[in-house]
Amino acid sequence: MIVFEYSYHMTIDLKTVKHISKLSRISIDDHKAKKLSNDLNSIFSFIEKLNQLDTKNTEPLTSIAETTLKLRKDEIKSQNIREDILKNSPDKNEDFFVVPKVVE
Amino acid sequence: MSNITDLKLVDLADKIKKKELSSFEVTNAFIERSKKSKKLNAYISENFENAINSSKIFDQKPDFEKKLPGIPIAVKDLFCTKNIRTTAGSKILENFIPTYESTVTQNLLDEGGIIIGKLNCDEFAMGSSNETSYFGNVQNPVAENLVPGGSSGGSSSALSAKLTPATIGTDTGGSIRQPASFTGTVGLKPTYGSCSRYGIVAFASSLDQAGPMTQDVKDCSLMLEIMSTYDIKDSTSVEFKRENYLNNLNDNIKGKKIGVPKEYRVDGMPKEIEELWEKGIKIIKENGGHIIDISLPNTNYALPTYYIVAPAEASSNLARYDGVKYGFRSKGENLIDMYEKTRSEGFGDEVKRRIMIGTYVLSSGYYDAYYLKAQKVRRLIKNDFDEAYKEVDAILTPSTPSSAFKIGEKLNDPVSMYLNDIFTVPINLAGLPAISIPAGHDKRGYPLGLQVIGKAFDEQNILNIAFSLEKNLSFKNNIIDWWLK
Repeated sequence: MIVFEYSYHMTIDLKTVKHISKLSRISIDDHKAKKLSNDLNSIFSFIEKLNQLDTKNTEPLTSIAETTLKLRKDEIKSQNIREDILKNSPDKNEDFFVVPKVVE
Repeated sequence: MSNITDLKLVDLADKIKKKELSSFEVTNAFIERSKKSKKLNAYISENFENAINSSKIFDQKPDFEKKLPGIPIAVKDLFCTKNIRTTAGSKILENFIPTYESTVTQNLLDEGGIIIGKLNCDEFAMGSSNETSYFGNVQNPVAENLVPGGSSGGSSSALSAKLTPATIGTDTGGSIRQPASFTGTVGLKPTYGSCSRYGIVAFASSLDQAGPMTQDVKDCSLMLEIMSTYDIKDSTSVEFKRENYLNNLNDNIKGKKIGVPKEYRVDGMPKEIEELWEKGIKIIKENGGHIIDISLPNTNYALPTYYIVAPAEASSNLARYDGVKYGFRSKGENLIDMYEKTRSEGFGDEVKRRIMIGTYVLSSGYYDAYYLKAQKVRRLIKNDFDEAYKEVDAILTPSTPSSAFKIGEKLNDPVSMYLNDIFTVPINLAGLPAISIPAGHDKRGYPLGLQVIGKAFDEQNILNIAFSLEKNLSFKNNIIDWWLK
């Protein structure tokens, strides 16, 4: 039987949301931050149930394909693709991607 | 002869090979129907003109050895297609035109397939109703204002409306099987490592798999055969003996042991789904299979695990959208400001929400409590399946806990939206193959699906079981073309 418990932990406050938004490089205004804080809290109260499980002796599963990664020969497969690489750039200048000035 | 667009993929290929139909006739028929079906909003980008040209080129020098001889196919807009715009349903990729082809779409092209367009999907495949797409909602052909499921919602809509004879989707937590179930079609998520992820816009790399969506199990077998190849360009692609799935397809399930997990009997599940499940069980018994009650004790923890692992991986994968090398860019006072505005304006709400969840669970001080914990629970969930497969050959469950819902119905409650994937998510976490086939209707006439889950790389077995179920269920989709002008 699947039962979801909605115990409400107010763990993610506005300050935390602003902090995560900074880390994510996504700017948000106060109105959105408030809504996000509500959403994240309801999602995390649903996630919290994992704490019911004892995983002291369980190895984390990082990849389902638990084989050793294959090595391939270090050879150049694609050449002369400079134009292709730059093609979708929103701002470019000859052979470079252009970004706002970073050095004063 | 009946309408060309009513024909199944296998039959279309057969008729082209026998010269009863030309590639042009077939391609044109699906394109004409697509043009009349704009109301469904299934397409993001059309490739009609080029497709017509390709069909004429095919007809001039047909190669009937191909498995998709001049067959038109529309694909989910998450696959990079060379010179055809690929948006992933996002504003941030609105004008992105790939300069390379994904391996899976290349496989279709190599077998003679013709790409007629790119189909709508939830933004970056994050959603279960296609409502997070920047390019608008998609209609389910089953009834007006009904969601087609998600994230492969454009795919399920176009397929069930017969705008394409088959399609391909991607499935990270149910994004092929749930929309297939909502539209009365067949959808298969292969074993992790079967189909190459090269050129697929990444969401959660340890869970993402491409797979076929078709009208029936035969078509599905053909598509999987084409899609599934070992690929050096995907480091998690697995070398194993891939079957000739279509040729080997048979409905003999005598002696097969099929598990029925008690944890999938969810509270509040509609009676029709319970009955359908019973019907599936009965069919298996009548055809010589054995039903075995099994337990997958950690099922309850699959969704919370998924909602840590998937956003964590997504937050890393989506870090590449910074407005520099490709995609949308917003103006900023300096570099950081440009990043923050670009990502704020370029991503939709659900994508931002998931990036933020992912960032949080990976951030200093929370990594062990959330991310590492989830990876450990993921191991327990996989162990459940390993344990079960000591006893059984496959597992039978419903595909979804409900039928399709109305557009807008679940938008304001993310958790209730996430609950849609309760039966599909555990399979992605364990990396297993699973197929959803249409099995019946609820009292409103909306389709419902059954899911057959297999052992890793045992796609042929679940196709065979699904084939047997399909024959005995004799499901008929009662779509009445309400959207046609």
